[in-house]
Amino acid sequence: MSVAAEGLAPRARSRAWGKFRRSPAALVGLAIVGFFGLLALAAPLLPIADPLATSWTAIRQAPSAAHWLGTDELGRDILSRMVWGARASLAAGVVSVAIALATGVPIGLLAGYFGGFTDMAISRFTDALLAMPFLITAIALAAFLGPSLMNAMIAIGLSAMPIFIRLTRGQVMAVKKEDYIEGARAIGLGHVAIMTRYVLPNIVPPLIVQATLTVATSIIAEASLSFLGLGQQAPAPSWGSMLNVAKNFLSQAPWMALWPGLAIFFVVMGFNILGDGLRDALDPREH
Amino acid sequence: MLRFVLKRILIALPTLLIVSILVFGLQKLLPGDPVLALAGEERDPETLARLRELYRLNDPIWMQYLHWLGDVLKGDLGMSLRTNQPVLVLIAEKLPVTLQLATMSMIFAMVIGIPAGILAATRKNSWIDWICNVVALSGLSIPNFWLGIMLILLVSVNLGWLPASGYESFFVDPVRSLQTMLMPSFVLGTALAATLMRHTRSAMLGVLSSDYIRTARAKGLPGRVVVLGHAFRNAVLPVITLSALLFGELIGGAVLTEQIFTIPGFGKLTVDAVFNRDYAVVQGIVLCIAAGFLVMNLIADILYAVFNPRLRTEL
Repeated sequence: MSVAAEGLAPRARSRAWGKFRRSPAALVGLAIVGFFGLLALAAPLLPIADPLATSWTAIRQAPSAAHWLGTDELGRDILSRMVWGARASLAAGVVSVAIALATGVPIGLLAGYFGGFTDMAISRFTDALLAMPFLITAIALAAFLGPSLMNAMIAIGLSAMPIFIRLTRGQVMAVKKEDYIEGARAIGLGHVAIMTRYVLPNIVPPLIVQATLTVATSIIAEASLSFLGLGQQAPAPSWGSMLNVAKNFLSQAPWMALWPGLAIFFVVMGFNILGDGLRDALDPREH
Repeated sequence: MLRFVLKRILIALPTLLIVSILVFGLQKLLPGDPVLALAGEERDPETLARLRELYRLNDPIWMQYLHWLGDVLKGDLGMSLRTNQPVLVLIAEKLPVTLQLATMSMIFAMVIGIPAGILAATRKNSWIDWICNVVALSGLSIPNFWLGIMLILLVSVNLGWLPASGYESFFVDPVRSLQTMLMPSFVLGTALAATLMRHTRSAMLGVLSSDYIRTARAKGLPGRVVVLGHAFRNAVLPVITLSALLFGELIGGAVLTEQIFTIPGFGKLTVDAVFNRDYAVVQGIVLCIAAGFLVMNLIADILYAVFNPRLRTEL
C-alpha cells in the first residue's frame, strides 16, 4: 500500500498537472480567479480611495480620470468599492464551500463506509435537503438566522452540503471495494484510520472539482442574497448589494449597475472554466 | 409497473416527512423568544402567556411538531401575520403567475438548449461547437438578476420596446401577458438553456459513438435521419427527465426574476414574507416547493421507466 500511496500518486499528480497545463481554457480560468484573488488580498495596499468615504460634490458621476469607474449615489468611488467588494464575494464563495465540505464530507464518508441503516438514514436526509431548492433554502435560512454576510455564508454552505454528502458517499462506495482497503482491514486498522488514511485521500480529486464549481454557484448565491438585502449589510461594499442600489438609478447612472455585474460574471466564469479544466485533468476516464 | 410506482412513492414519503421536520425546525432557529417575535410591540405578560398557550409553546418540542404536522396534513399551513390570510390561500393565489413564468422559461430553454446541444454534438470540435460551449458557459456564469437589470436598461429604458415591469393574466389579456413575461422568461431561461445544451451535447456524443449508430450510417441512411431519428430519440430521455429535475432551480431563480420585474408571484411572496418576518408564509413556501419537487422527481422516475423498461427491475 505504501508503494501505491507514495510511488504512484505523484506520477498521477504530475500527469494531471501536465494535462491541466496544456489546456488553454483551464489556464484562462486560473488566471481570472488568480487576478480577482490577488485584488481581494491586496485591497488594503492598493492606492485607491476609501470605499466608505462619501462626497456630496461627486454624486453619481460618470467614469472619469478622477473616478475610473464613476461614483455611486453617495459619491463613493466605485472602483474602490469594487475592489473591496471582491473580498466579500470571494470570501463568501470560499467560506461557504469550506462549510459545505466540512459538514458534507464526513457525513458522506459515514454513509458510504458503513452502508446499511446508516447509509439509508443519511440518504433519506440528503434527499430531503436536495428537495429544497438551493436558493430558496439559503433565503429561508438567511431570513431565520438574520441578515449578515456571515449568516449568508452559513446559509449557502448548509444549502450546498447535500451535494457533497452525495458525491462523497458515491466515491467512498467505489473506493471501499478496492483491494488496499481490504488489506488495511486485514492488518487490523480501525474504521477511523481506514477512513482518514486510505479512503479520504483517494476521493479528493472529484471533491476538488465539485468544490471549484460550487464556489462559482456560491458567489452567485451570495450576490443574490446581498441583492435581496440578506447578505452584506450597508455601508460595507459587496457586488450584490451594489447592484441592489444601482437598479434604482438605471436611467441616471447605468454604470453603477454595469461594473458589479461584469465582475460577478467574470469571476464566476473563471471558477466554472477552472472547474471544467480540473475535471478534464483529474478524471481518470479521460486518461 | 404498478409495483415500481408504489415503491417510488414509498421511498418519497419518508423523504417528505424529513422535509417537514426540517421546515418545522426552521422556526426553532429564530433567535430569542418566538412569542416576543409574534407579539410584536405587545409586552403584556397575560397576552404573552395566551400566545404561548395558543401556539402550544409549553408542550415538548415533538408534541409541537406533531400538532403542526397534523394541521399541515389537514391543509392548514397557518396564518400570515401580515395579511391575516391563510398561508395556503396566499400560495394558491400566487402559484399560477409563477407557473406561467416557469413554463415559458422552460419552453424557451428547451427551444434554444436542445437544438444547440445536438448541433454542437454533431459538429464536435468545430467552431460551431466552440461557440455553443462559450455561450453556454456564459449563460451559466451570468447572474440572472443582473441580466434582467441590463435588459430593462437596454430594451425598456433605451429602446422602449417592452414594459419593464408588471403582470397581466394570460386569460385576461394574452398579448399583454406575453409581452410582460417575455423578458423575465428569457432571463430565467438562460441558465437552464445552458444546462440543457451541455447535457444534450454529452448525451448525444455518447449515443453517436454507439454501435447501432455506426450500423445505421453503414447501411446508408442519410445523416439527418441518423441524428434525429436514431440518436436523438435515445439521447432525449435523460434530457427530458433532467428538465423535470431543474424545476427547483427554476423556482429559486424565479425569486430574483420576479423581484426585478415586479411580478406578483411565488418569489415576490417569499421575499415580502422574509422582510415582513412572516415566518409561517416562509415555512409554507419551502414546504410546498419541496413537495412539488418530490412530485416532479417521482414523475421523472416514472417517465424514465415507462420509456426505458430495462430500468424497472434495476431500481
